[in-house]
Amino acid sequence: MKVITNTKPSLPNKSNRTIRSMRRQLPFYLMMAPGLIFITILFYIPMGGVLIAFKDYNARDGIFGSPWMDPLFKNFEFFFKSDVARTVTFNTLFYNLLEAVAVTICALTIAILLNEVKNKFLSATYKGSILLPTFLSWIVIQYILFSLLSVDRGIVNSAITGNGGEAINWYSEPSYWRIILPIAYLWKNVGYFSVLYVAAIAGINPDYYEAAELDGASKWQKIRHITLPLLKPTIIVLSLLWVGKLFNGGLGDWNGFYTLPNDAGALYQTTDVIDTLVFRSLKKINDYGMASAIGLYQAVVGLFLVLISNYIIKKKDPDNALF
Amino acid sequence: MILRKLNLSKITLHLMFITMSLAFILPLILVVSISFTNEKWLMLDGYRFWPKEFSTAAYQYVFSGAGSILNAYGVTIFVTVVGTLLHLLITAMLSYSLTRPEVKHRRALTFFVYLPVLFNGGLVPQYILLTQVLHLKDTIWVLIIVYLVSTVNVLIMKNFFRTIPDSLIESARMDGSGEIRTFFQIVLPLSKPALATIGLFVTIAYWNDWMTASLYIESPNLRPLQYLLQSLMNNIGYLQSNAQASQSMEAAIGMLPSEGARMATCVLAIGPIILLYPLLQKYFEKGLTIGAVKE
Repeated sequence: MKVITNTKPSLPNKSNRTIRSMRRQLPFYLMMAPGLIFITILFYIPMGGVLIAFKDYNARDGIFGSPWMDPLFKNFEFFFKSDVARTVTFNTLFYNLLEAVAVTICALTIAILLNEVKNKFLSATYKGSILLPTFLSWIVIQYILFSLLSVDRGIVNSAITGNGGEAINWYSEPSYWRIILPIAYLWKNVGYFSVLYVAAIAGINPDYYEAAELDGASKWQKIRHITLPLLKPTIIVLSLLWVGKLFNGGLGDWNGFYTLPNDAGALYQTTDVIDTLVFRSLKKINDYGMASAIGLYQAVVGLFLVLISNYIIKKKDPDNALF
Repeated sequence: MILRKLNLSKITLHLMFITMSLAFILPLILVVSISFTNEKWLMLDGYRFWPKEFSTAAYQYVFSGAGSILNAYGVTIFVTVVGTLLHLLITAMLSYSLTRPEVKHRRALTFFVYLPVLFNGGLVPQYILLTQVLHLKDTIWVLIIVYLVSTVNVLIMKNFFRTIPDSLIESARMDGSGEIRTFFQIVLPLSKPALATIGLFVTIAYWNDWMTASLYIESPNLRPLQYLLQSLMNNIGYLQSNAQASQSMEAAIGMLPSEGARMATCVLAIGPIILLYPLLQKYFEKGLTIGAVKE
């Protein structure tokens, strides 16, 4: 009997196969479990919480027990009828567009010039210096900015008064921050993208440059006709990823808008972005309804922006599409 | 003539980069210099790039333990180490399994992981969940849990695991190794470069995080370093914007650490980043090729 079954193995029936496949999958599901559980807790369960935007939330009744707003869109109405909605939307878009353009142009310039530095040690040193702020927290940068701009002791005011000028009160005049904030963001982020573009340039086939040299091309011609065209796909993909984040303060890294101006009320007009407003409404005013209404407004517009940018990326460069 | 012209453009290039490097480093040096300056000179003379009178008083104060800074250091180190290790483990296990053909529903599961990139509930629902449902407010765990998984890191890790040859896993299976053992003994050791890159970024994220603490932490002894720094700065900010109040406040200065001590705390918060910097830079540049442009 045994011999016969061995030479002629019967096909396992369907339920047997299911059990076997389940047994094979089990260890993988065990390994995935912690990740999937935390993704559910951190991202999925809060999605249901957007209901708060339509509720008159109180902690005792919870999200589902709290009464609906009357009218339903009251939290939104309150926000959109105030000047604040216009201010934060404008600021968010203004600083994001400015940052995207400034960072791209500066990082490209720096990367192309870095590529001309042939000494390896010097090139690494320059890169290291430019990259340094990328790793600093916005709190540390707040301290750095304060040592530069402090009214009575800051080095900038010392320089101004030393030359006979009058000390400037940087922390109480909103208009200065239209320049200070973009410079701070550029200072923190330009290194990251410079090094990224340097890596992209390093990936260009050197044959192109050699051929161009044989034809007597100048440095500028090589940059204009080889480097830039070959970097174009990288530039486009990076820009499109930013399009998906246009509605997020600081292109997703908004902390600087909160810490750098010391969260000073007098400066909100030029320093407040959507995220800082949500954070403040939650932390200081404990206004759950309004905070989540603004959050939902941001999330919905953000969803469309991500969909649009992904749609274009998928057409141009499917490898870099998110989904 | 040509030689001279070449040298000139080279010199201009290096001069430009030296100036630029200074612009990135000098502001940091300013903070370091303030922390080493005698307090009296800070009052009289303001901040300078070089201390007029060198003093380590600020650091002595910090290390005497008077300003709860050592405690904050402990909190930050605990959160950073535990958080990073857990993050790496969870991310590696999840993304590895998502690349295995044995997992039937891996496409659907991958979509489940990606969806939060499209839409998220935002800060408020998460706040309510963590404080009122999970009761994590004012515990050290809340500082860890918020960064335990990142969709983007799962994506990068997944791309990396695809490069591990299937034959290796197959032959381990032939040798009778279970899937979980194969993962820990064969796959993980091969993933060191990817783990190092992601690990460094996660470390920085935990180390630099102040926002979570600012929302969820109330007990002074649970404050991480960055949050402590921020509360110190808020006090200065208050003094700056209320010149009259500052006179009387400075009279009662006992409650505030000196200016130098605040800057010394800031320097200590940057310290480990500077010490790890050569490593950071190396893995950062490596990481650019692992994760492609998907930051």
